[in-house]
Amino acid sequence: MATEAQGAEHAAESGGLVFHPMDQFIVKPLFGGDTLAWYTPTNAALWMGLSIVAIIVLLVMGSSRRAVVPSRMQSVAELAYGFVHKMVVDICGKEGVKYFPYVMTLFMFIVSANFLGLLPLSFSTTSHFAVTVVLALLVFLSVTVLGFVKNGAAFLGLFWVSSAPLALRPILAIIELISYFVRPVSHSIRLAGNLMAGHAVIKVFAGFAALTVVSPVSVLAITAMYGLEVLVAFIQAYVFTILTCVYLKDALHPSH
Amino acid sequence: MEGDLAHIGAGLAAIGSGAAAIGVGNVAGNFLSGALRNPSAAASQTATLFIGIAFAEALGIFSFLVALLLMFAV
Amino acid sequence: MATETHDAGQAAAEMAHGAAESGAGMPQLDFSTYPNQVFWLVVTLVVIYLILSRVALPRIGGILSERAGTITNDLAAAEDLKVKAAEAEEAYNQALAEARAEAQRIAAEARAEIQVGLDDAIARADAEIAAKAAESEKAIAEIRAGALESIEIVAKDTAAEIVSALGFKSDEAAVTGAVTERMKG
Repeated sequence: MATEAQGAEHAAESGGLVFHPMDQFIVKPLFGGDTLAWYTPTNAALWMGLSIVAIIVLLVMGSSRRAVVPSRMQSVAELAYGFVHKMVVDICGKEGVKYFPYVMTLFMFIVSANFLGLLPLSFSTTSHFAVTVVLALLVFLSVTVLGFVKNGAAFLGLFWVSSAPLALRPILAIIELISYFVRPVSHSIRLAGNLMAGHAVIKVFAGFAALTVVSPVSVLAITAMYGLEVLVAFIQAYVFTILTCVYLKDALHPSH
Repeated sequence: MEGDLAHIGAGLAAIGSGAAAIGVGNVAGNFLSGALRNPSAAASQTATLFIGIAFAEALGIFSFLVALLLMFAV
Repeated sequence: MATETHDAGQAAAEMAHGAAESGAGMPQLDFSTYPNQVFWLVVTLVVIYLILSRVALPRIGGILSERAGTITNDLAAAEDLKVKAAEAEEAYNQALAEARAEAQRIAAEARAEIQVGLDDAIARADAEIAAKAAESEKAIAEIRAGALESIEIVAKDTAAEIVSALGFKSDEAAVTGAVTERMKG
């Protein structure tokens, strides 16, 4: 939170409050310079790489001893495996197990990126629309393609609510169609918006800390928000994953 | 002047966050009252609870996004 | 719908660019960083997917099923051991019962043997005692006969002595007759 400290110093000097709640989301080249080509290693790339490292440490190194009686790390790895596996089986049924590695990839990336983003001075990659939109579009496209490959034209039955009165069905079909295409939008903006909101609110409270009178309150508020953000970091990963499972179920069993 | 109006608009859009809070509270409260009536069925419905909360919250996030756009992008 | 948001986002981004130059703005809407982020994101996702599907998930799944297998095996082994323990207990009980019966038999035998010896010894002792008692009886009878005889003699002598002391002439025959008469009485 260097920018915050600088902001605080700056505020102390000038006697006013300076808020830079969005500065923490700026994507910068890692090794200086101003040009940002598509291959430049940036802080976003660094923190994505660190999430890969976190996943390797947890899931690969944690399970490397293959102990029947697990160590702490191994039980966490098994817990994560069982959590996502149960979610996939409960929602999609047995056919969904084939797509379990894909769902697990999404879950592990989002949850590790969210938690790494909570570290001070870190960069939360999942607070960027560029990232979450790609994740949501991947889900949307693969689910749509999968639905048509598995069910053919019967996949369109998803929009034709056969339990509704005949007169209502075209209207419902339009509504269903719209809600189907809004899915990736809400899917991506929910994740990015939640993270951005939490981090920005913490920064705003940090900006208030420059005033000596309110600084204890703002420290308390930051602590409380941080606790909430830890919860949100997990819940948003869970929600993203469970919605992926729900969409996957729609593709596998399109009938209402 | 236009920037001031944008700030007012951002404040108005932030009301949507409060509305989303009411929605999320509704979902959670109704889940709780249902769960207390039939605790045995509650565990199987937590996934539905989170999906409902997520849908309700998404709209609040949209209004928050509008507020941010008005604050920083207009 | 998606293209619409895209267009809207584009417009917003242009505005954001304008704002970014003036110092404020949403970095999320800075579209110049998008290709970079998308590229690194795709790299990250592919790497994570490969790690998970090739290494981590099969291994953890293997561990979990292995544990389930181990637990099942252990339960079966425990069941086996339990049956064996029950068998062993039964065998032990049987051996105990046998040993007890054997001990009782030996004790009874010993008792019978001792009884026989005892009976023998008692009979012998009885016979001996009886013989000794008979001998003693005989000796006592002899002594008693001797004593009676002596008493008769002493009585006759005493009687004769008393008669002569009284100044009478003792008639031996009469004294003997009288003493014999009295002693019979």
